[in-house]
Amino acid sequence: MMNYFPDEVLEHVFDFITCHKDRNSVSLVCKSWHRIERYSRRRVFIGNCYSISPERLIARFPGVKSLTLKGKPHFADFNLVPYDWGGFVYPWIKVLAETGIGLEELRLKRMVVSDESLELLSKSFVNFQSLVLVSCDGFSADGLAAIAANCRFLRELDLQENEVDDHRGHWLSCFPESCTSLVSLNFACLKGEVNLGALERLVSRSPNLKSLRLNRSVPLDTLQKLLMRAPQLVDLGIGSYVHDPLSEASNKLKHAIQRCKSIMSLSGFLEVAPRCMSAIYPICGNLTTLNLSYAPGIHGNKLTKLIQHCRKLQRLWILDCIGDKGLGVVASTCKELQELRVFPSDPFGAGNDAVTEEGLVLVSAGCPKLNSLLYFCQQMTNAALITVAKNCPNFIRFRLCILDPVRPDPVTNQPLDEGFGAIVQSCKQLKRLSLSGLLTDQVFLYIGMYAEQLEMLSIAFAADSDKGMLYVLNGCKKLRKLEIRDCPFGNAALLEDVGKYETMRSLWMSSCEVTLGGCKTVAENMPSLNVEIINESGQTVFNLDEGQKVDKMYLYRTLVGHRKDAPESNQTYLKCRGDLTRSDHHEPSLNDMIKDMKLKNISGDDDFIISESNNFKLQSQLFEKEEAEIMILKWKRL
Amino acid sequence: MLNQQGRGGMWVALCFEFASSWIERKEVFLSNLEMESDCSKNEETCPQLLDLIPQEREWYTKRKDGKIHLSSEEKKLELRLGPPGGDDNWSIKLNAKNNRERDEPVISLGYLSSMNNNGKQAPKFPSPEDHHHPVGSVLSPSWTKTHHHDHQQLTNPPFLQFPSTPHQSLPVTAKESSQSCCTKAVNMNAEEKPFSPTANTVAPPNTSLKRSAPGPVVGWPPIRSFRKNLATSSSSKPASEPPHKAANEKKGAEPSAKFVKINMDGVPIGRKVDLKAYDSYEKLSAAVDELFRGLLAAQRDSCAGGIVKKVEEEKTITGLLDGSGEYTLVYEDNEGDRMLVGDVPWHMFVSTVQRLRVLKSSELSALSLGSSRQGKIPA
Repeated sequence: MMNYFPDEVLEHVFDFITCHKDRNSVSLVCKSWHRIERYSRRRVFIGNCYSISPERLIARFPGVKSLTLKGKPHFADFNLVPYDWGGFVYPWIKVLAETGIGLEELRLKRMVVSDESLELLSKSFVNFQSLVLVSCDGFSADGLAAIAANCRFLRELDLQENEVDDHRGHWLSCFPESCTSLVSLNFACLKGEVNLGALERLVSRSPNLKSLRLNRSVPLDTLQKLLMRAPQLVDLGIGSYVHDPLSEASNKLKHAIQRCKSIMSLSGFLEVAPRCMSAIYPICGNLTTLNLSYAPGIHGNKLTKLIQHCRKLQRLWILDCIGDKGLGVVASTCKELQELRVFPSDPFGAGNDAVTEEGLVLVSAGCPKLNSLLYFCQQMTNAALITVAKNCPNFIRFRLCILDPVRPDPVTNQPLDEGFGAIVQSCKQLKRLSLSGLLTDQVFLYIGMYAEQLEMLSIAFAADSDKGMLYVLNGCKKLRKLEIRDCPFGNAALLEDVGKYETMRSLWMSSCEVTLGGCKTVAENMPSLNVEIINESGQTVFNLDEGQKVDKMYLYRTLVGHRKDAPESNQTYLKCRGDLTRSDHHEPSLNDMIKDMKLKNISGDDDFIISESNNFKLQSQLFEKEEAEIMILKWKRL
Repeated sequence: MLNQQGRGGMWVALCFEFASSWIERKEVFLSNLEMESDCSKNEETCPQLLDLIPQEREWYTKRKDGKIHLSSEEKKLELRLGPPGGDDNWSIKLNAKNNRERDEPVISLGYLSSMNNNGKQAPKFPSPEDHHHPVGSVLSPSWTKTHHHDHQQLTNPPFLQFPSTPHQSLPVTAKESSQSCCTKAVNMNAEEKPFSPTANTVAPPNTSLKRSAPGPVVGWPPIRSFRKNLATSSSSKPASEPPHKAANEKKGAEPSAKFVKINMDGVPIGRKVDLKAYDSYEKLSAAVDELFRGLLAAQRDSCAGGIVKKVEEEKTITGLLDGSGEYTLVYEDNEGDRMLVGDVPWHMFVSTVQRLRVLKSSELSALSLGSSRQGKIPA
């Protein structure tokens, strides 16, 4: 009977376990597994860069090769966070470089990335292969030039929706002739010109290039040449797509496109003439991903004709100029559709072309595999939501944004509580939910009751009282991120159970009823939380009265105390009165530990943070065994 | 021993499922060790969920099944834990106790009882003197308990009463009879004060303030800034437009307007100017000032930290042509070169300019004006 497995065996087994949550679970089984998992972990995900320090990351995972970091809170995307709030990647790169980590991949979201950091990155890690920047800012084309010039084995440079200062467009020329390893190049978000000749040469010498997304400055004839040189492309982002369909250039383009039989993902069209879309038809049949959300020029018949060619579509990002009828075409054509995003083309206008609840219902009826939705619309009804819930019980992400934030059901004039209630009750796997429209406390009651898998919830202009927030905090056991704006939630809700916030990544509340006193109370009692206050009314936070409301509060769990790089206007409190080491001295009894484990969501996290905290170090003492003893009596082949 | 991928894969599944269920199992095990006094809840009665979704025009009562932690696949694996020797002490049975362990959605009514009935919120959070108690336990004693719930009647769940829709395209089931659903109940923690929505007198007066649909709201709708101006962006115009766009400018033609793009540092959205509308550099400079003054101020506003006043004064943009101002005007000519605006006669400028840019003067020295082809930057 085999009772113990050698480390090498376990390590080999753990290699098959790639999902962050699973690896975190594995590490909690016993001390021996914790140790083996630690040394063998290559990919680390850190959902909040201020929850832990680079030093502790390296202490725990010395073999890390791929790091994912997220910085600013989500609402920073909508200009609710001051530009100087923080989220700097430089300290991370510096520490990783100094400790000789063999970093190969860095994925950043909503972080401030300076040119200095990019340069340091490019020079510090010999095997660096992959840089993915999403919604970042702070860098210019100079930083990109450093990456291009110095990363000899670069495979991936993926820039998604970043704010880049790129008035010097020579970075593409900085890829050396010896660089032939590129697999993915995405510079669609850059606004400036690029050296077209350098681009062509780069593509020519990159036989492994699978993903290429161009920016607006790349004209059509260059596109045609690139496609001729890279018919193996799987993912293409077209920059400028303006041509006369009767011209020679257009013919050449058609021919080039037809050669690209592997393209499954198409995006861009940052500049487009709709008459020219017919050249794309030959590849539409293979497309699984189509992003036309930057192309307001394509609408009406041109758009629906295009969609009718795309029978294999799984992911569609589109503007609302498609209209309800267009969504009907989607519903009847795209039977494999899993993800739909409908963005507003004219967010502040009357929106004649916009979509309503009808379009959504049509898609839900026609696309049974739909599991992810982002839908900006003019109006929504409870009846429609109930129908959608019934048609599509598989939603994992459901984000609805009614452009008028407090609009009721236009047919019944009721709040949309019942509609959203149906969604959460039907969609048992729902992980992410964004609400809008007129909503009372009732919808939160439903969410607390039914949304058992919910991990992220976004609320705006909703609820009547603190009860709403309490329902959610009490009911949603797996909640990780809660972001709230303009709701009547105050200190009572905030302070009801501050221990809950340790099980979550973060809480954002802006334009609510929370006061400075409430925030202080959280901070003073919970050393494991940072409470940050952003006040924009002109008063610095220091001048505020305890009873005054704060504009914005962002609180998050952390293991490393308050950060030193916060701007002055943004105050983090960590004044713990009494014994700071209280939690270390307190010897928990068995009962306490059990209660703790029951209360807290301990295994379902991408983030390894919670397993680093003291609570878990204590818990693992429960398992005195160095090795897990397993007796397998029988198992069935799965 | 793991030379076959298949067996390795299965072993992995075994291992990992064991690991992930380990957490839940140890909860069960450890809770079995201790005898909680509030164990005595009636585990037999399963609470009934209000089925909000009509199925075939009938109301189904959904019995809350014993929420077993493991998936059905995991059930196929029968694991037994034990020290060597096959001791049975540790055998873990999945039983109805799992129901209890799974935290029901509990609404903490400990809070409610502390609320004033006049609807005003009277937040009761501990005074500073109470700090030595962990805040969590002071404020929510009820949160830790898990219980089955007394049933609480909800009168006529309102969603049922939606009228049959006038839209024919909506495949919505018609009105349901509300009778059957009234007998269903919603799980509520009714150990403290029963929560009855009809008795809900809580309606904070400031709700009405929030409800009034405001004008343009910061950060609403929640889209990234580059999406906000898509519809008005001129780049979406079809190619059939008369060819006096800068990109298609042909030398020697005399069109009636010449629109060129103009971007400004710090302003993500560009503009277009018709150069034919001006006859001198000064007029162009004034026009640029007008175009961007507001945008720049707005940009400063939205990016401001907490110290900047709400109403940012719009500063005039001056000194574009002589290098004396904060910004300088440059342009890109038909050879792709970047040039300072103002050197050549106006009409020559108009005929060769392709696009304009307003740069921060401090950046000017860093730029190489002239050929845009650069060698590598020093490594």
